Amino acid sequence: MLNIENLHARVEGREILKGLNLRVNAGEVHAIMGPNGSGKSTLAHILAGRSGYEVTGGSVRYDGKDLLAMEPELRAREGVFLAFQYPVEIPGVNNVYLLKAACNAVRKHRGQEELDAMDFLKLVKDKMQFMEIDPAFLSRAVNEGFSGGEKKRNEILQMLVLEPRLALLDETDSGLDIDALKVVAKGINRLRSPERAMLMVTHYQRLLDYVVPDFVHVLAGGRIVKSGDRHLAQELEKRGYDWVLAEAAA
Amino acid sequence: MNPGGETMQPYLEHFKVFSAGAGAASGWLPALRQQAMESFTRQGFPAARSENWKYTPTRPLEKRRFMPIEAEATQSAPDVPDTVRLREVSTHTLTFVNGRPMLAPDTTTRPVGGLHFTRLDAALGQASARVEELLAPETAWNHDPFSALNTAFLRDGIVITLDDGVVLEAPIQLLFVSTPDAQPRVCHPRILIRLGRGARATLLQTWFGQAGAANFTNSYTQVTLQDCAQLEHLHLHREAADEFHVNRVEVSQQAGSRYVSHTLNLGGLWLRTDLHTRLEAEQAETVLNGLYHVDDRRHVDNHTRIDHLAPATRSDELYRGIVSGHAHAVFNGKVWVAEGAAGTDAAQANHNLLLSRQAEIDTKPELEIYADDVKCSHGATVGQLDDNALFYLRARGLDDAEARSLLTGAFALAVLNRIGSPPLRTFACRQLGSLLPQSILQEET
Repeated sequence: MLNIENLHARVEGREILKGLNLRVNAGEVHAIMGPNGSGKSTLAHILAGRSGYEVTGGSVRYDGKDLLAMEPELRAREGVFLAFQYPVEIPGVNNVYLLKAACNAVRKHRGQEELDAMDFLKLVKDKMQFMEIDPAFLSRAVNEGFSGGEKKRNEILQMLVLEPRLALLDETDSGLDIDALKVVAKGINRLRSPERAMLMVTHYQRLLDYVVPDFVHVLAGGRIVKSGDRHLAQELEKRGYDWVLAEAAA
Repeated sequence: MNPGGETMQPYLEHFKVFSAGAGAASGWLPALRQQAMESFTRQGFPAARSENWKYTPTRPLEKRRFMPIEAEATQSAPDVPDTVRLREVSTHTLTFVNGRPMLAPDTTTRPVGGLHFTRLDAALGQASARVEELLAPETAWNHDPFSALNTAFLRDGIVITLDDGVVLEAPIQLLFVSTPDAQPRVCHPRILIRLGRGARATLLQTWFGQAGAANFTNSYTQVTLQDCAQLEHLHLHREAADEFHVNRVEVSQQAGSRYVSHTLNLGGLWLRTDLHTRLEAEQAETVLNGLYHVDDRRHVDNHTRIDHLAPATRSDELYRGIVSGHAHAVFNGKVWVAEGAAGTDAAQANHNLLLSRQAEIDTKPELEIYADDVKCSHGATVGQLDDNALFYLRARGLDDAEARSLLTGAFALAVLNRIGSPPLRTFACRQLGSLLPQSILQEET
């Protein structure tokens, strides 16, 4: 589904990704771990199409198509979803408006009929209940005045509504207490399916206790230096990153 | 006479004709007009170096030639699009054509006891002490040539009074229609509004220009709120694309009164508003909101001034601007806290979206505080749409144009959401048209 080959990228002239290779198949959940500044979030942003990154080499294919050539909205409509590490506050635009506009943009692209207000509300209310979100929250401005936990739950709610094929989760566990973490993990797990793939960027192992990955990769110095299964995450938790970096340098 | 005096000449000539003909009067009126004309002659049009007009040179206005409105001008009902009329509720409506009130009010509701409309010319004809009293607090024309000019040509307008304790359900709608003519016209309407003790009303004052109108409106509105009176006042500017408008609004507030103003600048070529409220007694409160959307080569200047003259008075001001093309917007917000006005609470904010490199915004908060124990805040920003928010929306599948329009609309909505009267709010949102994705509003409910 996603094939990243020899990806090089710069931010403000500084090289962050230096030949990254990664292949993600439908049905798989991958975790990307690594020390701060290793390029984890950069990777997620580049895949979602944020501007300000200069790709200097390599390629990213999504379902065989050149992902990097697509505008961010086209990626979203094609089924790529980025759950933001820092969801943006948008005063004056309420949640239900954004959810519905996003949902219908995707449906239209797929050739499906747009949902009317009634059908949409039915769909979203069930998912809100699942994410343990108060219905009053629909009429609040997007992320405005939300707590850290509410923002992250809102990201996952959007994901449940949009049903992406490729979910990119950028530090979704950061800033969450254990109860919120469980709810967020429940949301992510609900979307796991043989047709879908997920790429979780995380600094810590604790999310991986609840969303168990098929593969774990260590990103350091702009490339993937080690890959393994879920046991690698546990080992990293115990031993830190130094031994992987030493191994990679050797 | 000031050095730029030749541009005043046409107005001096208008005045001669006016005094001898249509404006002939007896009693105190001729002297007042003469005095005002002398004041205008002495002041002249504002000099380019004048601080108050620094960013709004009057040269473009002075270069145009405008003819006065003829007294016998036809009074057939003008064409006004339905969207500009308040349709949501019944209203007490009065239409003005080029500053002159039509003979009959087209009120859509039963007359209400305690609400009085009097044409200004009729009131002046009686030279009543009541009108003189309403005009009396007037001091602006000593230092503002446009108010002086308005007073010199005092004739067209309306006097509206609401008796003590009357709470008006239906809004008052004053619809000023400017019509095209082979010769551009100048008019000087004066609107006098007085709410008695505890009276309450909603007032919509709309300035609408028919396509092709190229007139100059020099309007002056005076509002007096007695103790505990409340007025919500929406000023809608939908002048035609080639029109000039100098608009002065003077508000005088007694104890416990509340004045809430919403200015929507959505039209005209060259607009200047001076909105001045005086909080003259304890617990008076004023709320000034404004939204200006300026594009092409249009010029919009909002000068506001709030005088806190008594203890425990409050003011809250929010103006937002969306400026694009080669447009120029000016905001100057002065808050003046007099000696002894302890416990004053004043907040002011002006935020601007600058959507093109050629557009210009000049924003200036001015605080002058001569009292202790006051709470005053102010802030001004000029910026672009937030890139993070744009990316967030696009990452959810909205295209770039949709995302921009949504963010711009949301920016504007923050001002409109401060309109208390629901029909007025709906009406105001409708005026924004394509600027405000109507779907945002539907989701509000």
